[in-house]
Amino acid sequence: MIGYLFLVLLLAAAVGYVMNRATARAAIAGGSARFHSLAGFHGAYALLLTGLPAVLFVLLWLLLQGSVIDSIVIGSLPETEMAGLDAGRLSLIEAEIKSIARGNIFGTPEPWKLEAAERYNSLRSIASVALWVATLAIAAVGLYVARSRISPEFRARHRVEAITTWLMIACSVLAIFVTFGIVASLIYESIRFFDKVPITEFLFGLNWEPQIALREDQVAGAGAFGWVPVFLGTIVITTVALVVAVPIGLLSAIYLNEFASSRIRSISKPILEVLAGVPTVVYGFFAILVVAPAIRSAGAALGIDVAPNTALAAGGVMGIMLIPFISSFTDDALSAVPRALRDGSLALGATRGETVRKILFPAAIPGIVGGVLLAVSRAIGETMIVVMAAGLIATLTVNPLDSVTTVTVQIVTLLIGDSEFDNPKTLAAFALGLMLFIVTLALNLIALRFVRKYRELYD
Amino acid sequence: MTDLASSAPQRIDWSDAELRKRLARRHSGDKWLKFAGIAALAISFSMLGILVLSLVSNGFAAFTQTHLKLEFEISADRVSAEDPAAGNYRAIVRDAMLGLFPEVTSRADQREIANIPSNGAQYILRDRVVADPALIGTRVTLSVPVSDPYDQLAKGLVDRKTPEANRRVNDQEIAWFDRLEEKGLVSKPLNTGLITNADSRFPELAGLRGAILGSFYALLVCFLISFPVGIAAAIYLEEFAPKNKLTDTVEININNLAAVPSVVFGLLALAVFIGWFGLPRSAPLVGGMTLALMTLPTIIIATRAAVKAVPPSIREAALGIGASKHQVVFGHVLPLAMPGILTGTIIGLAQALGETAPLLLIGMNAFITQAPGGILDSSTALPTQIFIWADSPERGFVSRTSAAICVLLVFLILMNALAVVLRKRFERRW
Amino acid sequence: MNKTITAEAQIASNIVSAKISARKVNVFYGDTHAIKDVSIEILDRSVTAFIGPSGCGKSTFLRCLNRMNDTIDICRVEGTIELDGHDIYDASVDPVQLRARVGMVFQKPNPFPKSIYDNIAYGPKIHGLAQSKADLDGIVESALRRAALWEEVKDRLAAPGTGLSGGQQQRLCIARAIATAPEVLLMDEPCSALDPIATAQVEELIDELRKSYSVVIVTHSMQQAARVSQKTAFFHLGLMLEYDDTSKIFTNPDHEKTQAYITGRFG
Repeated sequence: MIGYLFLVLLLAAAVGYVMNRATARAAIAGGSARFHSLAGFHGAYALLLTGLPAVLFVLLWLLLQGSVIDSIVIGSLPETEMAGLDAGRLSLIEAEIKSIARGNIFGTPEPWKLEAAERYNSLRSIASVALWVATLAIAAVGLYVARSRISPEFRARHRVEAITTWLMIACSVLAIFVTFGIVASLIYESIRFFDKVPITEFLFGLNWEPQIALREDQVAGAGAFGWVPVFLGTIVITTVALVVAVPIGLLSAIYLNEFASSRIRSISKPILEVLAGVPTVVYGFFAILVVAPAIRSAGAALGIDVAPNTALAAGGVMGIMLIPFISSFTDDALSAVPRALRDGSLALGATRGETVRKILFPAAIPGIVGGVLLAVSRAIGETMIVVMAAGLIATLTVNPLDSVTTVTVQIVTLLIGDSEFDNPKTLAAFALGLMLFIVTLALNLIALRFVRKYRELYD
Repeated sequence: MTDLASSAPQRIDWSDAELRKRLARRHSGDKWLKFAGIAALAISFSMLGILVLSLVSNGFAAFTQTHLKLEFEISADRVSAEDPAAGNYRAIVRDAMLGLFPEVTSRADQREIANIPSNGAQYILRDRVVADPALIGTRVTLSVPVSDPYDQLAKGLVDRKTPEANRRVNDQEIAWFDRLEEKGLVSKPLNTGLITNADSRFPELAGLRGAILGSFYALLVCFLISFPVGIAAAIYLEEFAPKNKLTDTVEININNLAAVPSVVFGLLALAVFIGWFGLPRSAPLVGGMTLALMTLPTIIIATRAAVKAVPPSIREAALGIGASKHQVVFGHVLPLAMPGILTGTIIGLAQALGETAPLLLIGMNAFITQAPGGILDSSTALPTQIFIWADSPERGFVSRTSAAICVLLVFLILMNALAVVLRKRFERRW
Repeated sequence: MNKTITAEAQIASNIVSAKISARKVNVFYGDTHAIKDVSIEILDRSVTAFIGPSGCGKSTFLRCLNRMNDTIDICRVEGTIELDGHDIYDASVDPVQLRARVGMVFQKPNPFPKSIYDNIAYGPKIHGLAQSKADLDGIVESALRRAALWEEVKDRLAAPGTGLSGGQQQRLCIARAIATAPEVLLMDEPCSALDPIATAQVEELIDELRKSYSVVIVTHSMQQAARVSQKTAFFHLGLMLEYDDTSKIFTNPDHEKTQAYITGRFG
């Protein structure tokens, strides 16, 4: 339905373009006066005026339509039925009404629900008609205005260019809006969470047991929301990942940069990039299919008790994922050290290795540190590997053989299959998300500063 | 100059034993560093090798599917001509199986035998009869998939030597199946169902059609949003933006967005798109919008690099003959930068294709047995389907998961290859 | 062929002992033949200048003398180069040790991003030339004195070497090369990045260094070659066309190309 609307708008805009261009062309050919702008710009002006406001209107309408209709329907429900209902019950009723409206009737719903469903459907069809009428009206007005503006003096080119400039500015500012949206949604939901769970308990609590009862008759724990063990688990897995990734990444970059022939370099680098291009869900599956069983049997052979989803498996695989990341940052940093320094060291009789260790590496350290910090941020934010291979239970431990959970694992498990926005369990995910965002943002900013400073050093 | 400078410097006796020993030590230190580098590289490569090998060897089993050729009697008392869809096809399949083993009389054994073909065999038969009601009252020969345990058995994935209690098929069941094989009723054709079927509870019937379409729709939405917006933003920042605080803020913002964890985008989508705007859960539309936000920085960065690579001489030439800044940018610079922009876009889309976490949060991990018909239908995507299958306990899903990963990787390789070809083909030297 | 014979005749006529003698050296960069049949005897305790138009191979040849060309993958060197009668391309020769004996100073000053002290101490440390801290201090001081930099930096040895002025940086690099007690100093256009005053200081220094070392300097400036060197070799298109006393080259060259070059008719 909406697809057709856009199609019609596109058509209208195209028609506007052709009409205006033809008119302008005829006027120019008539030679009555010298036109400021080419006919094409008059056409483009009509195109923008016809299409743009209408499209923006449709988008705005679509964004608001759902919630407006919902609130009208909910508002018109009988007062008697609504008295004393909490938000959870209300959203259940809302879902039921919508499902009835779609024709899926289970059991025998109360008549007022059927009535509401009917109202819902009629509102929707009214809205749909209204949208079509309003949109086409806007397009028509736009077209009319554009047609009436064709004249030799009218600066169509300037207008068109001004509009495109503003469009481009809007697109650039979208990036800010996204960040703003992230921050706003995380903070908003987190504040609701901290209404139910004190912020001090969240930040300093040593217990994380979010499996609380959703209904009174369910048997479950009271619920505890202290993020310390979850964060500790994240750190354990990140540490394991870095222990794997940093030495391997550094050494392979040093080898490729200093010792390898150009042939080996040209083969090895793309292979490392492949490692970086593998989706994380694939790494997650690799961890549970191959790595975790291998670690367990190795542990059994050594007589060590290893948890089924040990932090070693998730962390180790995450480390593999990060190898290309570290190695490419190190490679860039080493290559950025001026050749003159390398030559100077070699000319003094230093070996390749001594040159790397004593001259290149210290000079490249800021760049490498920046890369490692970005890798840490990646590891903390990495989700699929840990969701699949790490544990669900938050334990206060630093033993990598144990099963630990991470911030991202908890976010995903808390939100999968549950969309009630009003219980602490769901909101806790947003509080965790906020912490995750803050930590990774800080790491990224510091890392970018390191990298930038380093670039300035040798540019 | 000082006296010292003109006096003869001391000469070093390089043949000195101490210095020679030191030299040997230094060289061996170098060798160790080199060796460690080779070892590190070897570890990375072997990990990639193990990854690919384990996926292919595991997924290999899922590229074929064991089928059983059965003769079904579509009797009129089981299926009525008025409503062929409502027939008792389950009983027909059961009869067809039992007809092959007339000597089996115990009810428990009969039930086991009826379980050899897939649970979905009745629906395949039903669809066939619904499509051609003339079949009612005749006998139909049809190849149907066998259920997962027998599929594993036929592919040799069940070790017959393991104790009976640890096997999913017991000795009696193996004997029955062997008889079917002797009769030549068992075949292992290419598993086209993997691509053409939608998801299912039964591994032998589960396919990726829904996931592939879901990913396609999501990427389409992602492309339609991120491509124009990304190019517009990049061109503004690169060509038009004044150098001021606001521009700096936008730039820092874009760089930071590129490093925000993907799961946070999922939270944003859940709270804003679904929570505030009330868009449908599990829909490729929301998935695509979320992926678009994540792809945007990649496209912006690639576009800026491509635009920057267009030499100023071309701009100056166009400006020199009286073109406006807009005409120069849209008429000359943008077309010249297009190959680079497209390359960056394809790479960004390939990344988006592999993204999983944000799609989980917006519910694209639902169990949906129907392929989506549009961007508003509930759907899964390839990576989330992999996640669902990896989470499923049935043994048959292990090889399906690996096979699904292989399919995903093939798509990724194709996209990246396209990007490489584009880059090679249109690479310009100014 | 004629030119090579002339060069060999000149070598034979030299009575003073040769520090480096190169015979029929050919250098290839991949498929490019960069140096063709160059033979030369470089004397001890004197300054030898390599001149010639850019791209003539003089720097390439210089880099053969301490095997710096080894660090370039595609570079191949043929012929023999002897240092004190021993072939430096012999398998038994360690290029690492050779480079301590044949120091090199580059076109652009390239101090390490370390302190002045550590810049000088780098070579002696890696080669193990100092037994103690006091030893090392002595080496650093004497190298800086020889490079005529001591007075300027003795109070700020811990300051970064990159903080010095261009001329000071280049003298620091010379001091750094001297610190490993080399016998030969190779200088690849050491003054091309310096201002006239710094150039004069470095040239004065080169003249001093001649008393203790064999110095080979590649230069673009013919005045510089005339000022600092005793012997001059003229390179053109990978060939060494002429090698003789500097005074002879600049007043009465044998080869017409040399004549043309020094009078500024091409270059």
